[in-house]
Order: sequence, then structure tokens, then C-alpha cells
Amino acid sequence: MKAAAFAYARAKSVDDALQLLAAHGDRAKVLSGGQSLMPAMNLRLISPELIVDIGGISELQGIVVQGDILSIGALTRHVDIQRSAEIAAYAPLLAEAIAYVAHPAIRNRGTLGGSLAHADPAAELPACVLALDATIVVHGAGGQRRVAAVDFFQGIFQTALSAEELLVAVELPIARKGGFHYFHEFARRHGDYAIAGLAAHADIKAGVFAELRPVFFAVGDRPLLARAADRLINVAVTPKLLSEVSGAVGDALNPQDDQQASASMRRHLAQVLFRRCVATMLDRPELARGTA
Amino acid sequence: MTAASDKPEALSVLDRPNSYIGKTVPRPNLDRLMQGRGQYVSDIELPRMAHVVFLRSPHAHARIVKIDATAAKAMPGVVAVVTGQELAAVITPWVGVLSHMKGLKSAPQHAIAIDRACWQGEAVAALVATSRALAEDAAEAIVVEYEELEAVIDMRTALDPPTPVIHAALGDNLAFERTHNAGAVDQGFADADEVVEAEFIFGRHTGVTLEPRAVVADWNAAEARLTIYQGSQAPHMVQNIAALHLGLEERQVRVVCKDVGGSFGIKVHIYADEMATYALSKLLRRPVKFVADRVESFNTDIHARDHRCKGKIGVTRDGTIIAFEIDDLTGIGPYSMYPRTSAIEANQVVNLVGGPYLTKNYRARARVVFQNKNVMCQYRAVGHPIACSVTEGLVDLAAMKIGMDPVEIRRRNLIADDAYPCVSPSGLRFEKLSHHASLNKLLAMMDYDRLRVEQAELRKRNIHRGVGIASFIEVTNPSAAFYGVGGAKISSQDGVAVRLDAQGAVICQTSITEQGQGSESLTAQIVGSVLGVPMSRVRVILGDTDNTPYGGGTWASRGAGIGGEAALQATKILRRNILDVAAAILQSTPSELDIADGIVVSSNDGAPRIELKELARIVYFRPDTLPPGIQPELMATKHYVPREYPFAFTNGVQASWLEVDTETGFVKLLKHWVVEDCGTIINPQLVDEQIRGGVVQGLGAALFEKCIYDERGQLTNANMADYLVPMSGEMPDIDIGHVVSPTTESELGAKGAGEAGTAGAAAAVANAVNDALSPFGVTITEIPLTPQVILTALGGL
Amino acid sequence: MTPTSIALDVNGERVEALVLPRLNLADFLREHLHLTGTHVGCEHGVCGACTVRVNGEIVRACLMLAVQADGGAVETIEGLSDSGEVTDLQDAFRNRNALQCGYCTPGMLIAAQDLLKQNIDPSREQIREHLSGNYCRCTGYQAIIDAVESTAQSRRGRL
Repeated sequence: MKAAAFAYARAKSVDDALQLLAAHGDRAKVLSGGQSLMPAMNLRLISPELIVDIGGISELQGIVVQGDILSIGALTRHVDIQRSAEIAAYAPLLAEAIAYVAHPAIRNRGTLGGSLAHADPAAELPACVLALDATIVVHGAGGQRRVAAVDFFQGIFQTALSAEELLVAVELPIARKGGFHYFHEFARRHGDYAIAGLAAHADIKAGVFAELRPVFFAVGDRPLLARAADRLINVAVTPKLLSEVSGAVGDALNPQDDQQASASMRRHLAQVLFRRCVATMLDRPELARGTA
Repeated sequence: MTAASDKPEALSVLDRPNSYIGKTVPRPNLDRLMQGRGQYVSDIELPRMAHVVFLRSPHAHARIVKIDATAAKAMPGVVAVVTGQELAAVITPWVGVLSHMKGLKSAPQHAIAIDRACWQGEAVAALVATSRALAEDAAEAIVVEYEELEAVIDMRTALDPPTPVIHAALGDNLAFERTHNAGAVDQGFADADEVVEAEFIFGRHTGVTLEPRAVVADWNAAEARLTIYQGSQAPHMVQNIAALHLGLEERQVRVVCKDVGGSFGIKVHIYADEMATYALSKLLRRPVKFVADRVESFNTDIHARDHRCKGKIGVTRDGTIIAFEIDDLTGIGPYSMYPRTSAIEANQVVNLVGGPYLTKNYRARARVVFQNKNVMCQYRAVGHPIACSVTEGLVDLAAMKIGMDPVEIRRRNLIADDAYPCVSPSGLRFEKLSHHASLNKLLAMMDYDRLRVEQAELRKRNIHRGVGIASFIEVTNPSAAFYGVGGAKISSQDGVAVRLDAQGAVICQTSITEQGQGSESLTAQIVGSVLGVPMSRVRVILGDTDNTPYGGGTWASRGAGIGGEAALQATKILRRNILDVAAAILQSTPSELDIADGIVVSSNDGAPRIELKELARIVYFRPDTLPPGIQPELMATKHYVPREYPFAFTNGVQASWLEVDTETGFVKLLKHWVVEDCGTIINPQLVDEQIRGGVVQGLGAALFEKCIYDERGQLTNANMADYLVPMSGEMPDIDIGHVVSPTTESELGAKGAGEAGTAGAAAAVANAVNDALSPFGVTITEIPLTPQVILTALGGL
Repeated sequence: MTPTSIALDVNGERVEALVLPRLNLADFLREHLHLTGTHVGCEHGVCGACTVRVNGEIVRACLMLAVQADGGAVETIEGLSDSGEVTDLQDAFRNRNALQCGYCTPGMLIAAQDLLKQNIDPSREQIREHLSGNYCRCTGYQAIIDAVESTAQSRRGRL
């Protein structure tokens, strides 16, 4: 399994990269960490004419707090997220999710920007940034634009990025006091892609949800914010209510059937995750089991 | 009073001082593997070596209408593009049948398909280029016109009239059928208080050796000699077959096996693409290298264990098993594999069902049908996992039906430890097994009663753990009964040649082969022990048909039992020869001398008399100083073949302790135990590690592994992300114990142990899952036990 | 398409080469430098047989282009062996028979060393997790876990 031949250019800056992309359009591919691109090329699933290596662009590095925004550069590696004091403090959901992403050797190369731009529906980080209400910063020939995470992920391997644009950073509102997060996925083996997963962020005051953003992954064509969960906001959560809302959350999903799981299996697992998420966040373990 | 029992030669090799037999010693020569300085086939580079890539059929069944290689031939670096037709001039086709598999039929198979591709992945053309990448580029430029044909992809309907017959000349898709009838089965079921039936379904597996199959074939036209570098378990078999089909004499073929990155039976077979590689080297008169990539491996390495087996058990209220019956169906590929045939696995299933038990009433039918899927053949523990899962699954079902504990029903029905020798209803001759002693040891090791208490406690908290037990027998040390009687040129004997070198070290050539199980070590341990030299002074040469005696190689757990015995006998002769010379030099008699730690010593007080180094110097360089007439012989060769028993059976029992999350269907393996009786153990650590590795393959079968074909005969999960192999995160620790019942057929008394772990692990896990789920009234007889399967059975979806 | 010139450090030795962009790091090491200790098992980043160190961190050499290693420092199993960095791990592997066919072993040793550099007292579960991306078909993993655990213990003893 050897990749087909391609030309290679190492971009020196964002503008440099954009010029190369503009010239070649969808016959070029951006090389960031390469952990998703390389397998596809080795298997000859894709055969780009030009690889634009952005790995050396310093503008895309760095994790910076600016006011109440945490800005993470696109080239931030998974392992950097794991080690970052800023992310531990201001976006702990990301740090927790990283432990589920593949394996150490992959995490040493894979990047946040790469993961988001690739938009695998079973990936962890797109769901996390959506749960955190992130803004994706994009550069194109026409300048910079900001896309809300909820608008960024559009389908299987499809995002709001055009072939001539570059994802340069992700901006997150800094976690405030009262902020809770939950992350879990069901996978057959450590590091495997999830069969069903949930990344959630919430604001909780005195055992009551002030905000709840549960985002499912691996159960649809993109990370999915469960809006039906809004019914748990500003109310006392009873087992009966949770069961109803969990049902509504599951009904809103349209999961795929594949080798790993049927649609109904995925829907079921999503509901299990949702109940366990609520139980964990509210510190009420008895809520975890559904009513029969 | 004396002394006969004190004489060194009267002591068995197992009792000699400083014997390595029964000792855990580190394997020699591991450094090169740990430093990345091994020599696997894919590491080999020869001058002018070219690389071959095979263009493979994307269809399960298709006529090859036309191949246009014009553009491909013009691509950079391309040496040749060769079709099946062209290669047929160099290498003849083969048929995978053996005469003792009565009725087995199969069609001729070519190295590269001619006219018709019969499975998705079968090679239809060869691209040879100066690099693999360039050959793959050229493969994209070949244009092949196919006419798709209807594919046979469901074994259940393979024999139905509307289903197309894959090979018209054979008449139907039935490769092989065997029936067996012992005792009075119908009467038995009539007499039984309870009769339970179930259909056992097994996922199709593949070996997934980490090093893919690889060959470097080097035809030297000037010497008219072919050297094949290949990780084969049976180099002499490869030599024979390559010569036969290339029109050469065997002495014109040399097969060299250096380091092998895993085999487990995958690399003991003859593959079309490897035969094509030999032929291409001859055709192109230069070395040709073939290294399968991972996708190719999934599509073309032999698959195994694709069975649907209906099982039936009759039991009385007091727990006596009265009868077993099975009807097994297995769907292989379009060809029976060469030369070991794809009927052996089903044949083993018939032989082994019910094996550990007293039950005399046994009826079986096994049918092997052709399909348009990848070929299937022997993979570690051949047939044993199927037979064990069916047998042990039925026994647990019977126990459940009459409300008896699974241990208790086994106690009542396992063959008594003093009942040997005896013969099974399927005609297997057992020399000496230890089912009860093994079971008792297992129960003590796992603290069975405590686990049951824990299980009951946790059930109250809605936590569902289960314990599963599986007894099994294993075929080892096969005689010619396995293959030779059917006409296969597969040797069932092995040979060892040992000699003293000029420095008094020992050079040992053996016909068994090494794939990591420790063949080199066990040989050195035996030679060192029998001769009386430190292992560090023993060099073992294996895996080279030019430089070892003729033999079968390592498969079917025969290396230690057969190759080890040959090493023992050869070394005994060398020892005697050395002592004859030493006696002459020292003016003593051989019975007054012994060898210890590389020195000839007095046998009565151990006083050193002459170092082997010095003795060698005299023999090789100063024979003029020897007494007149002496012709020293410091080399000895012995072969060994089992004659008395067609197979040396071993036995064992396994247990699995696991937890099922009934909300999600996920299974967590908590612990696993094995008690194994494999006779004399040469190196306890190596045996235990073989068992552990085998168990984990069985755990993979139980929970994870399955080749998934779609309705068009496409293998849909041909990569390591989608075909799930066991990784470290999900595997339990495995505790191992032993009972020792040596075989008296050989002096060493060793039986085999390589496949025991795989034989029973999946059965133990399946029984444990069903045990965990028993409060729900659910029994699952299908593996792999994925969360989807479990949750579906629980009705949770 | 056009060969690109690269300069990097491999096992402490300066290497200059002209490589095609599509050549991955594993193939570069094996075919250009004849360092065949880095093994190829899947070419899609799942099996871990090709694990090497780049700039001190473990990576899958099959998922990296040789051109991406330009200016960097690559360490393979040969280098880690010769420097003595993993000698104690290798001793433990030998004594515990934590390798059979040896094909996964270079990657396993490099991954194990990576763990021990970060965590001198890992639990068995942590060891299993760190090695969860390295496939072994022969050992069933337990012996490997034992060997890493005992090495960690003896390293702690030497602190």
C-alpha cells in the first residue's frame, strides 16, 4: 500500500499556504498531522496532486488566553492539549476527551485543526468544540472569517471550509465557575473510533441545569447537539422526566447502520450515555439506570 | 547396591545433573530481535531484485474477458506484466485433495487465475517493477474487462439446486462430506430425560500475523537453482512442491526460513501468489520479492473457522450424558487449499466433539462446501475451537436444563483419570489423559466457590458476572496419519544432526522450524542437557533445506515432541561417541566417564579429566596421538517418528471470569485460567507463553474477530481498524497450571502445547457469558459475542 | 514527483538524502538507510510495528513522510539499543520471554520506554493502556506487561 505520487510544498506562512491552495483547488490537500490523511493516501483512497505541508507555520501554533476567549492554534497537537495548563484550566472537557483519541503515537502528531477539518463523524474533538460553543477561525483569499461550530460541521467529512481555505484557530469561551463537563464514548477497544459518544458542557447551580449542551458523536453524519435536552434546564430532574427527555433525545437521532452497530443499537447507547451524563453531572448515580 | 542406577547412562535425561529439561531459561539469541537486527523476509535485498504486485479481482466471481496491459507495461520502472496464461507455461496448477479424505474433490488452481476469478482478491495479473510503489502505479494502469458472474456466498444455500455450481466439472459445490455413527444414538436420545439442541455459529477468522506473508524467490539461471526465502513452517514441503510444479528436481530448490513474524498456521500453506512469485523469478531470471500488504493479507491469507454447527445432547436427570450429535456445515473458498486440504478442519470437528467425555453414543455429519470467498484452511488449533465450543456449550446447556452445576456435570462425565488407554467413539486413541486432576487443579486455582459467592452478591446489585468452564483435548505430535497416508509429501518425521566443533562447542542442525515459540531454545536445552554442555555453547541451525536434515517442520504442535526426541536421541549417540574417544585418550572406559559443563569428568567423583575443547583439538588436528585403529566420530544424526500412537493427545481445561454490562452489551474479561497437561515440559515459561498467546487468539474469536462478507461476496473489513484483533487494553491476565502425564512413546515424554490455549478459550468465554446472563433466560450460541449480539439477545434494542 | 533533498539526524548520525515526497518515513529508514528494525505491519497507523521516535516523541513512521522529518532527529530501535537506553527493558523482555516472533518488539520497546520516561510507577492498567496501540499476536500481552512492570520497579529502585 504505497501512496500514489504527488508534488510537495512546505508552506512558510498562512498566505503562502493559501496561495498554493488557490492555485490547485481540490487537487491539493493540506497536510497537518497526517494521521488521517496518510492512511487514506497509503490505501490510495485519495490521490492528491499536491500536498501542502502546513506543519512549519508558526502562526498556527500556540494556546493563548485573550480576555474571556481561549484561542487554540490549528497546529496544536492532541498531546499539547493533554499537557496544556491553559486547557486544563479553561477547557477541561478537551483534556479529558483526548485520552480517548487513538493512541500516544497518534496523539503526538495529530492536530486539533486537522481533526476538525477532517470532520470524521466518529471523532471526539468536533463534538467537544461544539459542546463548548466554539468558533472556528478560517482564513481564505478573501480574508478571515469566523464560523460557529454548529455551522461548521456539515456532514461526513464535510465542513464549511472550502478547498482554498485554511482552518487557523479555534476560539472557546473560557469555562466559568459552575461549569461542568462530561465525556464518555463506547468503543470496542482502547483508542478505537467510538460506536457512540457524548461530549457535554453544562452550567449547574444548586443541582439545577442553567445550561446543558450535550453533543453526540458517532451516531450521525456530524456531531449533534441534543436540543431536546433543553427540557432539563431550570427544572428538577426526576427519573421520569429524564426517561422522557432521554427518549426524545434518542428519537431526534437518525443513526447509521454499519458493521459495528445497528441504528437502534446506536440510538440505545446514545440514550444510555445521556442518562449517565446527567446522573454524573448532577452527582445523582441513581439516575443512571433508565426506568424499565 | 551399586550402582546401576547411579551410572550416568542409566539416569534419564530428565534426571541428569544440570539438566535444562524442566527449567525456565531465557531463549538464546533474542538480542538480535530486540535490537531490530533480525532478518525477516521483507528485510532481504538481493542484487537486481524486483518487486511484484498482484492485480486482484474486485469481484467475488467473474469471467476475465480481457486484460490490456499496454499502458501498464510502459510505466516507469516496470519490468514485466504477466497474466495467468503466460505464467502457466512456467508453473503447473495443483489440486488440494488427499486420498484419505474420502470423496474430497476440488478443481485445479493456477498460480494466477486464468479465464475466471473465483474470489474477491484472487490474483488476475502480476506487475513486476523496480519498487513496490511503481508496481502499484502500474497496476492502476492495467485495464481488465470482467463479466461478473453470480457468486456463491451463503454456505446454507451452496448446495441448493438454484445456486450456481462454481466448478461445473465437479458437479456440485460439495467439497467433502463425512459421517460418523458410534453406539446407539437414537436409542440414547430416546432414553434421555432431557434433550437440548442448539445451532452454534462461528465467525470466519484470519490469522493476522503481524509480519504479512512475504517471499523472495531467487532463480539463478546459471546454477539452475531456485532459492526461496520464505517464513514457512514447513520448508521441505515448500521445496517439494516448488520443484514439482516448476519442473525441477528437489535438490535444485533451497528453502531458507530466517526470522518469521508470526505464523500460527497461516504460513504453512501453499499460496497461489507465492507460487506465482517463484515462477516469476524463473521466468524473469532475477530475484523477485512479494510482500503482501495488510489489505492483501486479509483478502488472501487463509481464513478459518467459518462453521454453522447444529448440536444435540441427551442427558438423564442424574447428569449422565447419554448422546452427542452434530451436523456441521462449513463454507470454504472456491478451492480446497494445497496440499493440506480444506477438509481437515471439518474432519477434526467430527473427530473431537465429545472427546473428553465417557459418552459412547455419538453421531456426526460434516459437510464442506465451496463458496466464492477467500480460501480457508488450517489455522492454530484447527477444528478444536469449533469442537470444544460445541461440546462445552452443549454440556452447559444440559446442565442448565437439569438444574445441575456445570462443574458437577463435568465431574460425572469426564473420562476417569485411570481409564487409559482407551478409545473415543470417534476412534481416537488416548494414551493417558488427566481430565479430573486438571479440573480439580483449575477449581483450586480459581477458587471456584468464592467466585460463585461473589457472583451471587453482585447479582443483587444488578452487576452480572459469569464463570465459564471448558474441557478439551488437543491433537499433537501427529504421525503420518494426518497427511502422509493421503499422499501428501509432508514429512511426519524430523531429524537432528549434532557435532562437536573444533573448539568443543556443539553445532546442531534440526529440521523443525522457529516462528517464535522457542524451537531453537528447546533444542539447545535438550542437547545441552543430554550431552552435558552449557546451553551457551550450543548453536542451533534451523530453517534451511540445504543445511538441516529432512523433516516436517513445526506445525500441529509437533516441534517439541518429535523434533525434541530426535535431538535427544542424536545427542545420546554423540555423547557415547565422545566418551569412546575420551576413554581411548584417557585409557579409561566410557562407563567411568561422564560429561558435565563441557568437560569430560570421572563419573564417580566428578573430577575433571579432559575438556571437550581439548578433546576436539586432538580429534581434529592431532589424531596421530590417538591409540591405533581409533576412528573418532564427533557427529551424529537421528530421526524420530511417532509409530505407536497416530497422535499424542493432550488435555486441559480453561475457565473465564467476566462481567457483562447488560445495559450496553459490553463484556469485560476479568480473568482467565488454564490447566494444561502436555507431558514432559522442557521450558515451563515457553510452554506457558504459548498457552497465553493461544488463549488470547481464542478470546479474540470469542468477542472480536470476524471476516465480514457482504451479499456480493466482498470482504468489507479488510483492514486493522475494522477487523478487530485483541489489543492489550482488553485482555485479562491468564493464570496457568499444569498436570504432567508424559507419553511413554518417546524417551523425552513431551507432547505438544502450542494450540491448547486457542482450543478452549472461546468456549470458556461463551459459557461465562451465558452463565452471566442466566438470570435473563438468555443463551447465545454465536461468536463473536459483540455488544450488538448480546444486547439483541437480551431484547434491549 | 520531484525528489526533495532532506537532512536529518538518525540515531545521532547526520543523514542527507534525496527522496520522493511520497516516501514514508518507515520505508525511508528501511530501504534507504537499511535500518530494518522498524517494521511495517499495516501501513495505516493501527498496528504500531513501525513506532519510532521523532524529536523525542513516539510516532508511527508509516504515517509520516520522510520529507516531514527534514531537520529533525529520528531514533530507531537500533539507536536506542546501541545507546543502552533500553538495555534494562530488553533484559526484562528476555528473562520474561516478552517476545516470541519479535516482529512487534521494536515498536513495543519504544512505546514502553516512552511510558517509563513519563511515568516511573505505572499500574498494570496504565501499562496496558499505553501499549494499547501496539499489536502483538504471539504473547497475548501479559508477559510484556510483566516485563515493563518489573523494569519500572528496578528503575525506581535505582533512583
